[in-house]
Amino acid sequence: MHEWALAEAVIAAASEIAEKEGLSEVKEVKIKVGELQQIERDILEFALSQLKSAKFKNAKFSIEIAKAELKCRVCEHKWFFGKEKLNESTAEAIHFVPEVAHTYIKCPKCGSPDFEILTGRGVWLESIKGVKNGDG
Amino acid sequence: MAMVDPRTSIINERMREISRIIAVSSGKGGVGKSLVSATLALTLAKKGYEVGLFDLDFTSPSTHIILGIEGLQPKEEKGVVPPIVHGIKYMSIIYYSGEHATPLRGADVSNALIELLSITRWDTLDFLVIDMPPGIGDATLDLIRLIKNIEFLIVTTPSQLAFETVRKLVSLLKELKIPVIGVVENMKMNKSDAIQEQTRKLGVRFLAESSYDPEVEEAIGDTNKLQNTSLAKKMEEVAPQI
Repeated sequence: MHEWALAEAVIAAASEIAEKEGLSEVKEVKIKVGELQQIERDILEFALSQLKSAKFKNAKFSIEIAKAELKCRVCEHKWFFGKEKLNESTAEAIHFVPEVAHTYIKCPKCGSPDFEILTGRGVWLESIKGVKNGDG
Repeated sequence: MAMVDPRTSIINERMREISRIIAVSSGKGGVGKSLVSATLALTLAKKGYEVGLFDLDFTSPSTHIILGIEGLQPKEEKGVVPPIVHGIKYMSIIYYSGEHATPLRGADVSNALIELLSITRWDTLDFLVIDMPPGIGDATLDLIRLIKNIEFLIVTTPSQLAFETVRKLVSLLKELKIPVIGVVENMKMNKSDAIQEQTRKLGVRFLAESSYDPEVEEAIGDTNKLQNTSLAKKMEEVAPQI
């Protein structure tokens, strides 16, 4: 259930931004979740709905899953992460700390663990929309 | 707006109930940081304090070997809750990487560190001891950037080569106004006050000196033996000074 911890981070960061932008009410929060982290969308949505403060009462949280694309630094081969190729404990380790992918995943072409995660890592706050103070 | 990483917003909240956060650091590797971290954590726990130990040396973690920790996993509860071993809340990347090699570049070290800081629930602690990787790279810079009340305890050997890097570390920390608790001189083989004097010249406290002790190697993995080593006894002297 570490989706809760990430949901708390999303609410904390969104609150900071809302404060900075002078929003009295938040209407929409767009979140991008990297596939590599294998977040359970339902749990994240539930946690967000439970954790939201008054300012987020009517906010819609939209969650987009970003495909994880990896690129080998040695041979420059690009490929997509596939959870189905991993055993359960490996998938779970990557779920908690995506960087341990470097422990378990190798470039399918040359076998190097020295790859770059181009897209699809972690949880990101993409945008926040709301009503500005004094806008009604 | 640009994409925002929400994790950094929660880190100080996660650390809110920790009174002291001590990064055990050094300029060079091989000076005994992990042994100092582990024995210091054991000593503080024995004195009745609530203690956490976080192994931040992701590519070469070793405190689990020093403390003989095997087969444990953190509990998942709205984050991860570190298991308590020998009276210490213990967190390490080995729960996820096992005993496999974990080759990480700087940006990956940074990301893994932020991930673990944002999901780990330490709750209330008197001391969180952090075993750092050597040098002034990503882990050091991230802790300074992300943790408000971080303090450093520096380990060196009698070698001028090790102490030169201490000088650089201290000057960086002073410039950034980060508290330095003091210096521990480890693996001392000759009688000499050189390191002690040079530490004082830097305006930093000299906490203790520990002789080279061949019994330490024998005690690795056995906390009872470890607590009888001369290094652990020196930590008894260090504890009241921090």
